[in-house]
Amino acid sequence: MSLVQEAALVAGKDLRIEARAKVIGQQIVPFGLIVLLLFAFALDPDRGVLQRVAPGLFWITVLLAALLGISRSFSLEADNGARDSLRMSGLDGAAIFLGKAGALAVQLLVFEALLTVGVVVLFDVRLASLPPLIMGTVAATVGIAATGTLYGVLAAGIRARETLVPVLLLPVVAPVLLGATRSWESSIDGVPGDAWPWVALLGVFAVLFVGIGMMAFDPLLEEA
Amino acid sequence: MSIDRAALGGDRLMSPVLRRVFGVLALLAMGALTVIGLFVAPPDEVQGDAQRLMYIHVPAAWLAYLAFGVTALASGLYLWPRTRSLVWDRVAGASAELGVIFTGLTLLLGSLWGRPVWGVWWAWDARLVTTAVLFFLYLGYLALRQVPAALDVRAKRCAIAALIAFVDVPIVHFSVTWWRTLHQQATVFNSELDAQIHGTMALALWVGVLAFTLLYVYLLDLRYRLEVLEEDREERDLEAAIADRVHGGPPRETVGVNS
Repeated sequence: MSLVQEAALVAGKDLRIEARAKVIGQQIVPFGLIVLLLFAFALDPDRGVLQRVAPGLFWITVLLAALLGISRSFSLEADNGARDSLRMSGLDGAAIFLGKAGALAVQLLVFEALLTVGVVVLFDVRLASLPPLIMGTVAATVGIAATGTLYGVLAAGIRARETLVPVLLLPVVAPVLLGATRSWESSIDGVPGDAWPWVALLGVFAVLFVGIGMMAFDPLLEEA
Repeated sequence: MSIDRAALGGDRLMSPVLRRVFGVLALLAMGALTVIGLFVAPPDEVQGDAQRLMYIHVPAAWLAYLAFGVTALASGLYLWPRTRSLVWDRVAGASAELGVIFTGLTLLLGSLWGRPVWGVWWAWDARLVTTAVLFFLYLGYLALRQVPAALDVRAKRCAIAALIAFVDVPIVHFSVTWWRTLHQQATVFNSELDAQIHGTMALALWVGVLAFTLLYVYLLDLRYRLEVLEEDREERDLEAAIADRVHGGPPRETVGVNS
């Protein structure tokens, strides 16, 4: 089996479990929408504040949801010795990484699509220029999923992982938050051309950490 | 489980005598820095005496970068199969601790200096933001080091985390610089750097860098030694707990070695 086929196998497994567990639909999406409501309570909804800071609020919410997603992605492997069977399946470590990160990215993209509707409806945001917006979102999501999966396996098997992963992950993805927010701002009301350098930065981040993940996943899975 | 000392690498980085030499030299250099920085160097024309904070702020920042560089290098040496030794793991951990302390000190001193000179405790300057992110990156690394695990498991896990953090630093720096320069043109630091530096001021800075570097070497060795002693103690606790179980005594509370 090729690397891509193996990765698709792992991603398919994770996505099938998630589809049957319905946790995204029943818990994570409502969580995201509640956070949007809370932002409106915390900030002034009348004077256009929400509209102005919507990109930042959107990406903060995505990061919070990603932390939940990472935690789920690795709690799947924690029970019934699933991690041992994954390790002994003969699948390439790089493929397992790509599969798990891919599944996480797909879930995040679904979440982001629904959250975008929430932002448009609740915060009155108009999406002026879609191409940089979509490409920036995809690149940022791949970057978050790759780093998240990397730290997820790093902390797998550690009792304090629920608190450890945010402390490790959030500073590393600080440039992603910055790039994604700026590219959204430029796509919404600024000059769409300003978004492209940020999209490029997000792309570099994604490629770099997918590469590191493919290299580092095998030894980390072995030790977890 | 008996730990083979030879496989773990040396008990110490340098002889106790050499460490003491570094300690004394660091102390002397610190004394010289105090005299030059407080009494010999003239007060700054614009900033007055507040500028004297720079004589420890700049060396602290230098030390933070040095320490994180050493952590990255040692982590790489641990991961490289030919040079794999717990010596490098301990060096990486000890150096990261020093790096976090001195990054924190850099931020604190900068803040104390910024209040009288800029009028604010904190500014969203690219360099400040990068340093803050750097601080949290390695704070996370130290949290990971605190997680109990078998020594080689912890070493590999932490080495990879240290290298991820190291790779991330230029991206953070680049993105933050880009972000701030897109919004505000001149950063506060530029005019600073172009300013003429008085001879004794430059001397104070160099003595500071020397003093802090000597202090780093001294503290690194001290922390390394402490790490070895901690490992020994954990092993002894474990052996005592096993002995208790074997001899039918009541199970004793002990520090877990495996998470």
